[in-house]
Amino acid sequence: MNLKDKRVIVIGERDGVSGAAIEACVRSAGATILFVETQCFV
Amino acid sequence: MTVVVSGVANVLAHAPSLVRYGSRPLRDIKRDPTVDEQISARLRSFDAACAYAPNQAYIGNGAPEDLRARPRPWFTAKNGGARADGPYGRIITERALIDLIAECDRARLVSPGAVVVKGALPLFVDGVAAASIVAGHEEDEALSASVLLENLASKATGVLALRELLARSGVAASDVDFVIAGSEEAVGDRYQRGGGNIAKAIGESAGLARAAAHDVKSFCASTLYALLTAAAYVETGIARRVAVVAGGSLAKLGMKYRAHVAQGMPILEDMLAGVACFVERASDSGDPVIRLDAAGFHRIGDGSSQQAVLEALISGPLGKAGIAMTDVDRYVTEMHNPEITEPAGSGDVPAGNYKLIAGLAALKGVIPKADMSRFVTERGMPGFAPTQGHIASAVCYLAHARAAMRAGTMRRALFLAKGSLFLGRLTDLSDGISLLLEAREGKR
Repeated sequence: MNLKDKRVIVIGERDGVSGAAIEACVRSAGATILFVETQCFV
Repeated sequence: MTVVVSGVANVLAHAPSLVRYGSRPLRDIKRDPTVDEQISARLRSFDAACAYAPNQAYIGNGAPEDLRARPRPWFTAKNGGARADGPYGRIITERALIDLIAECDRARLVSPGAVVVKGALPLFVDGVAAASIVAGHEEDEALSASVLLENLASKATGVLALRELLARSGVAASDVDFVIAGSEEAVGDRYQRGGGNIAKAIGESAGLARAAAHDVKSFCASTLYALLTAAAYVETGIARRVAVVAGGSLAKLGMKYRAHVAQGMPILEDMLAGVACFVERASDSGDPVIRLDAAGFHRIGDGSSQQAVLEALISGPLGKAGIAMTDVDRYVTEMHNPEITEPAGSGDVPAGNYKLIAGLAALKGVIPKADMSRFVTERGMPGFAPTQGHIASAVCYLAHARAAMRAGTMRRALFLAKGSLFLGRLTDLSDGISLLLEAREGKR
């Protein structure tokens, strides 16, 4: 997936990959981050 | 002399009528009052809740490990002969819970009877208003009737657990000199919303007149921190015998009710849970030891990747204590019952965590990658706890591990808890703690 110049909403998960980690990856691929949150589903 | 866990009690309170006051149901009912009827139609009887195999495992009638052999869904099994009493504690009815909440209400905000004054929240038993609770202040949102009900429910189930512990252990109330609570409530007023010290309120109602008390907080990791703090107090001589206590979380009742209603299931999040245990010094009691030299922490700069978290909580502290990952008989992660979480798309939380732990063992070269599945089977177990975060986060298995270690059938159990600090919006960090429980030399 080419993320360059895409606008991205990030929902991370505590027991999976955190929002901050996804944000770092997606940003390095040239995307613009609109919203980041980490969720806990229990 | 070492620091041991000298007694544990697990309690459950059936609270079907309080499901409507859980955070998610309460918000939905406010938007659409017909949700109340949808919820009421899917609530379980006490007999069904008591017979539910995960609840039976929680109080020690059957091992959590044995749930593997039981066909799913567990909620359809009749399970005749189930008892409200178990080797580690008991399950009480909603009637008994409402009476206990009223007893724990020192501010006289709970009134018995069917008359509900304006602005009060009715408390039902078998669908009939049996009592009601009013706000503690007309303007203070921290003292609204719903917040006070949450706090009283936590206090009442904490008191239930502590009384059960005293009764089962035979320890006199005057022989406890500290109470540490690690629950999920926020007790306070508008000037200090989380002012705290529910521990002292619980200790008072349990008759521990000689005990000092305070709380410990870190979201779902609170109770393990409370256990560690208790062990440190005992080790340093600050306290001789500490009662660690955690009451239930009313806010989490019915958290996944939408999925349960949509799938025609009973609403399984109808239980308030409580745990209490004693921590003290002992030399020859046969009780398992808390290995203070193997405590693990997810530190501020450790990073949020799963590998970083697991190294901080498992391979790091075990390595420091000279213990291999395969020298731990049981890993106790967040033991949320998958039958509650899976219908809502939240997956099988313990199964996911066990895969990660086995992956860490493979990554560290402790086991071959091909043995990961066996590692999970041998050192894990199915989730059996109600989704009461801090209780599910490992302490729900403390009674089982202690019993197995006293019987000589288990050598080591590593308890792991994570706290979702980011939910409070003050940091992006999560938290984590691990504690190793170990059988005494002669018991291994």
